[in-house]
Amino acid sequence: MSLLEIKSLHVRVDNHEILKGIDLQVNAGEVHSIMGPNGSGKSTLAQVLARRETYAVSAGEVSFNGKDLLAMKPEEAACEGIFMAFQYPVEIPGISNAYFLRSALNAIRKNRGLDEIDAMDFLPMFREKLKLLDMDEKLMNRSVNEGFSGGEKKRNEILQMAVLEPKLAILDETDSGLDIDALKIVAQGVDAMRNPERAIIVVTHYQRLLNYIVPDFVHVLVDGRIIRSGGAELALELEEKGYGSIEAEVR
Amino acid sequence: MITATQQLGSYLENFSEFEKLAAGRDLPWLRKMRRDAFARFCEVGFPTIRDEDWRFTNVSAIAQTPYHLADDGRDQVSRQQLECYRIAGVGSQLVFVDGRFARELSLLNRLPAEVRVSSLAREISSTPGAIEPHLGRYLDIHRDAFCALNTAFAEDGAYVHVPRGTLVEEPICLLFVSTGDDAPSMSHPRNLIVAEEDSHATFVEDHVSLDGGAVFSNTVTELVAGDHTVLSHYMLEREHPQAFHISTLRIQQGRSANFVSHSVLLGGALVRNNVHPVLGGEGGECLINGLFIGNGYQHLDNYMLVEHARPRCGSRQFYNGILDGHAHGVFHGRIIVHKDAQKTNAKQTNRNLLLSDDAQIDTKPQLEIYADDVKCTHGATIGQIEGDALFYLRSRGIDEVSARKLLLFAFTSECLDRMKPGPVRRHVEGLINRCLLQMANSAQGAPTGSHARTSQGTGRKSDDHRRRESAR
Repeated sequence: MSLLEIKSLHVRVDNHEILKGIDLQVNAGEVHSIMGPNGSGKSTLAQVLARRETYAVSAGEVSFNGKDLLAMKPEEAACEGIFMAFQYPVEIPGISNAYFLRSALNAIRKNRGLDEIDAMDFLPMFREKLKLLDMDEKLMNRSVNEGFSGGEKKRNEILQMAVLEPKLAILDETDSGLDIDALKIVAQGVDAMRNPERAIIVVTHYQRLLNYIVPDFVHVLVDGRIIRSGGAELALELEEKGYGSIEAEVR
Repeated sequence: MITATQQLGSYLENFSEFEKLAAGRDLPWLRKMRRDAFARFCEVGFPTIRDEDWRFTNVSAIAQTPYHLADDGRDQVSRQQLECYRIAGVGSQLVFVDGRFARELSLLNRLPAEVRVSSLAREISSTPGAIEPHLGRYLDIHRDAFCALNTAFAEDGAYVHVPRGTLVEEPICLLFVSTGDDAPSMSHPRNLIVAEEDSHATFVEDHVSLDGGAVFSNTVTELVAGDHTVLSHYMLEREHPQAFHISTLRIQQGRSANFVSHSVLLGGALVRNNVHPVLGGEGGECLINGLFIGNGYQHLDNYMLVEHARPRCGSRQFYNGILDGHAHGVFHGRIIVHKDAQKTNAKQTNRNLLLSDDAQIDTKPQLEIYADDVKCTHGATIGQIEGDALFYLRSRGIDEVSARKLLLFAFTSECLDRMKPGPVRRHVEGLINRCLLQMANSAQGAPTGSHARTSQGTGRKSDDHRRRESAR
C-alpha cells in the first residue's frame, strides 16, 4: 500500500475546474517533484492535500496511510503526518514563533498519545534544528513570520517541518524568491530529512531546487492533468525545452 | 414608557429620601454640592443620541426605567461568595456592595501604614476637612448628566490617600459588587484617590454582579495625581449581561506625573466607560490602554477625553475591540490641546475585529487643537479573523477552536503587553482567556461583511498638524 494514493482527483474553485483528474502514488521514502507552469494547478493540489477547505473536491479519492484524506480537517491531516510548507507563509502578530511551534508539536503529540513537551525540554531540540537551518535564535521570540524577510519565512517553514517530523512533506514553491544561498540552506534542511519512512513532494516551477533535492520521480502538471511522469532527468529536459514543447509532444 | 416628568419625579423622590439620611448631610458645602448637581441633572436630563458625545450610545433604556436607590445588601453577601472574585497574590481588596463599603467582606493586608485606605462615607463623617478640597473639584457636572447624577448621590465609595514620597507596591483593589433586586435598583459609587507628590501606586476597580436583575451602576472616580507621581489604574467590567454600567475616571495630573489607565470591558448589557485625564502640569505622560470584548447584544462604549493643558505632555491611547454576535462597540477618542500646550505629542489608535455579520463598531477620533506646535496622530482599523491565518495554524495540527482562540488572544496580547507583569495582569489575562474561549467555542464561520463606520474626525486646524489616518 502506498503512503499517498490519489485517484482521479477533480477540484473546482468558483465553478472553474482546476484539477481535471489527477492520479498519483507516493511511497514512503520517495521524493516526488511536481512541476508545471503558472496556473497549472500545482498549488491547488498541494492545498487540497493540506485540506484547505476553500477548494471543493468534485470527484476522486485520496487515501493517506490507508485513511480517507478528503474526510479530514486540516488539523486532522496534520496530526496524521501531513505537512505543507506554504508558498506564502502567513504573518501572525502577537503569537511568538516558539510558542506557536510548541503548541503545534504538542497538538500532534497529544493526538499520537504522547506526553506534551514543556518549554524546558523543547528548547534544546529547538536549538539544534535552528542550527541546521542557520537561523538566528532571536527569531524565535518574535511573532510568527512578522517582519521576517522572504528567506527567513521560507527557512521558518522548513524549521517547522523539522520540528513536526511529518510522514509526508509537501513543499509548495518553497524555492520561489530565494537567493542561491538561502536556496542551498533550505535544500540542505530538506535533504537532511530524507529517510525511508518519509515521503516528500516538491512542487516547483523551476528545476534549480532539484539540483539539491534530487527527486526519484518528476511529474509534469499542465492544465490540471499530469501529462508526463519520469525520473530526475525529466526535470532537466523541461529546463532545456520548456513546458510548451512537452505539452506539444503529448498532444 | 415613562415620560420625562415622571422620570424626574422618581429621581426627586429618591433624592429627597437620600438627602435626609446621607453621610455629611450637615456639611453645608456637601449639601450644596449635591443639590447643585441634582439641579443640573434635572435641568439637562439624560443625554440622547442627538448629543454629540452620545451619538452612538442610546441610554433611553436607563432613562425609562424607574430605579430606586439600592437597599443596603451588605448582610446578604458572604465572604465565600466573593472567593471567586479575589485576585490571586493580592493582599488588599476593599469590597463595596451596591456602592456601600463592606468592611467585613474586605481584605486589608500588606499596605504601608501611612497609606489611608477607607470608605468615603466614613471620611466624610470623620475628617471632612481632608475631603472638601478635592471631592467634586475636578469632575465637570455640566458636561455629563451621569456625573451630575453621581454627585447628587455621592456618599460612599473608596477613599485612598497616598502621602508624599510613598511607594505602594501592593495594588489597591476595589471590588464593586452589584446584587440586583426584585425592583430595578441603582447605585452611584464615588471614589476619591489623592496621590501626593512623588508617590507610586496601582489601583484596580473590578465591577462584578452576584445576581441578575435590572441594575444600573454609575461610578465616578476622581484621581488626583500629584507632581512626579507614577500611578496606574485598572478598570475591569464584568457584570452580568443585563447590567447597565456607566463609569467615569477623572484624572488631574500634576507636573511630570506619569499615569496609566487600563480598561477591560467584558461584561454588562450597556457599558459606557469615560476616561478623562487633564494633563495640568508640564511634562506629564498619560497612557490609556483599553480592550473591549462584546458578544450577544452587548453595547460597549469607550469614551476618552484627553485634555492637554500644559506644554510638553504626551498622551497615547490604544484600544482594541473584539465584537461578535450583535454586539456594538464604540471608540470615541477626543483630544483637546489647549492654547498653552505647545510641544504636545498625542497619539490615538483603535483596532477592531468583527467576528460576525451583525457586529458593529463606531470609531470616531476628534481632535481639537488650539496650540500651533503639536504632533497629533490617530488611526483606526477594522478587520476579521483572517482565513489564511486560521488555516495556517490548523495546518500545523492546532484544532479550529484553539486556533481561533489563539488568534483572538494574539489580538488582545497587544493590550496585555502594556500592563506591568504581576498579579493584576495575570488576573486580567485569566479573565480574557475565559472570555475568548467562550467566544471561540461559539464561533460559526467567518463573516462575509460587517457594519463599520469610521466617522470623520472633527479636528480643527488639525490637518496642518501632521494628522495621519490609516486604514489597513
